[in-house]
Amino acid sequence: MFKNMMSWIEYRLPFMDKMNLHVMQYPAPKNFNFWYFFGSLAMLVLVNQIVTGIWLTMNYEPSAEGAFASIEYIMRDVEYGWLLRYMHSTGASAFFVVVYLHMLRGMMYGSYQKPRELLWIFGMLIFLVLMAEAFMGYMLPWGQMSFWGAQVIISIFGVIPFIGDDLTLWIRGDYVISGATLNRFFALHVIALPLVLVILVFLHIMALHEVGSNNPDGIDIKRDNDGSVELTEADKKFTFHQYFTKGGKKVIVDAIPFHPYYTVKDLVGVAGFLLAFAFVIFFVPEGGGFFLEPPNFEVANPMKTPEHIAPVWYFTPFYAILRAIPDPLLGAIAMFLAILALALLPWIDRGKVRSVRYRCELHRWNLVMFCISFVALGILGVLPATPTYTVLSQIFSFTYFAFFGLLWLYSKNEKTKPLPVRLT
Amino acid sequence: MSNAPVDHGRRRFLTIATSVVGGVGAIGAAVPFIASWNPSERAKQAGAAVSADISKLEDGQLIRVEWRGRPVWIVKRTEEMLAQLADTENRLRDPGSKEPQQPAYAQNRHRSIKPEIFIAVGICTHLGCSPTYLPSDFAAQVEGIRSGFFCPCHGSRFDMAGRVFQNVPAPTNLMIPPYMFIDDNTVLIGEDEGAA
Repeated sequence: MFKNMMSWIEYRLPFMDKMNLHVMQYPAPKNFNFWYFFGSLAMLVLVNQIVTGIWLTMNYEPSAEGAFASIEYIMRDVEYGWLLRYMHSTGASAFFVVVYLHMLRGMMYGSYQKPRELLWIFGMLIFLVLMAEAFMGYMLPWGQMSFWGAQVIISIFGVIPFIGDDLTLWIRGDYVISGATLNRFFALHVIALPLVLVILVFLHIMALHEVGSNNPDGIDIKRDNDGSVELTEADKKFTFHQYFTKGGKKVIVDAIPFHPYYTVKDLVGVAGFLLAFAFVIFFVPEGGGFFLEPPNFEVANPMKTPEHIAPVWYFTPFYAILRAIPDPLLGAIAMFLAILALALLPWIDRGKVRSVRYRCELHRWNLVMFCISFVALGILGVLPATPTYTVLSQIFSFTYFAFFGLLWLYSKNEKTKPLPVRLT
Repeated sequence: MSNAPVDHGRRRFLTIATSVVGGVGAIGAAVPFIASWNPSERAKQAGAAVSADISKLEDGQLIRVEWRGRPVWIVKRTEEMLAQLADTENRLRDPGSKEPQQPAYAQNRHRSIKPEIFIAVGICTHLGCSPTYLPSDFAAQVEGIRSGFFCPCHGSRFDMAGRVFQNVPAPTNLMIPPYMFIDDNTVLIGEDEGAA
């Protein structure tokens, strides 16, 4: 009876077939390390943001008059409102933590290289939408930092020659940031951008499953079935979806099915993540002033600028680049280029070997320099712009871009180490 | 079903014509969505330029008008006040008004269109308090300078052209709004077409 029903559905919508294709019979390289947690963790955080976000809108009031008070209401009077809000606000920071680590993983193991360029581009688009989503979300409590942070970010568009002023007026919908701005950002934050985000995540995963997951060794697990590949006992143990073997044209080595092997392994990552996540929510929900900044506990006041305006921590590396250049237009262009350079990595890197394990020593140190620059810029972006810090920001902005320049230069004729035949 | 051979030229023409008409329609349909982001009539009304009658303004007098929710000062400076603008310059942070705190036509020593009429947003550039106008008692704040503006909140000092003194919390000169003279007695604050 049940079997009949399943086959009735399967005939009309091949659900089990797609589950096999993407989950039960999806070949994943057997050597994933902890760096491969962050993709699934990003999805977990996305679900967290959507669910808590829906519940927050039930009590939030998107208006300049009522927004701040409705947040206080959620925090004080709504049952578990404080928890839902802290899950959402901590989730925003957690999102960027896992996404930055996810991106670093891709950079270390060359996951952006051919044939995964489009996969990488979708990832960068997700990153862009995520930044817009986070920025607009930060405005909704209508606190002092919501207002003045938005003032600073929107004024970046004002540096564009000729159309800048009209563009900022159009974005604000008023001569100053006002309730009109708040309401449109609310609409984008809760409807438009989440829709785009979910669609992009879907495309990201579809693109991933088409080209297959990379791994820490950066070598392919799908080989041409021309008799040259010797299969081990372990290779013969699992059946993978025929889509991946192309009707016997390909053989798959050193792979295990995504489910149950990586679903279970990811659960360990989830447990570790939730431990840290819950610790922040219950003990340091404001993240020491980095997740929720102190001025945001005061209602937005257009007449009173806070002593020191700093964006939330996840924007500060790019904000530091913006401030490092004295000319506002050039600063905005540099900030834009800092993100564009990442998106163009598949073409900047001319190397054929993917993983840092088998690339030249210079590449290893170049990656280290990039990480140091990124973190240093992140710290400098929080600090006030004193002359010393500005010079430091300029130095680290230079080393940030130097990573890409050097990579382009040495990757053409790079001295790489020999690649292993099988996954290690 | 007709067995006539496919007319490729006709098919291409119809495809292109349909795409063009459809494309124009899509652009047209986008207009209301994009235009609805412009300031509404209510926002435009609230942000409209305000005119002020300055015919009864006496020497040294300051009047306030409200523009976009902020106080705008109009001061008729005396000859003495104008003469002292040169004396303050070595003690100012930005005597040449290099920071973009004013329209181009007010980037001069007196930071105004007419030397005697000074118009500025009366909000301290530090934390948004409104400084106090001291027409004759400013020497207690800055030695040897008779008149200026003093912010009671954190002690920022500005000269009679709204230029900030050194060693005070305010980072920049007072903001000069866009404005134009409609005639000798009426000034329009918030609009400056043709006045530059």
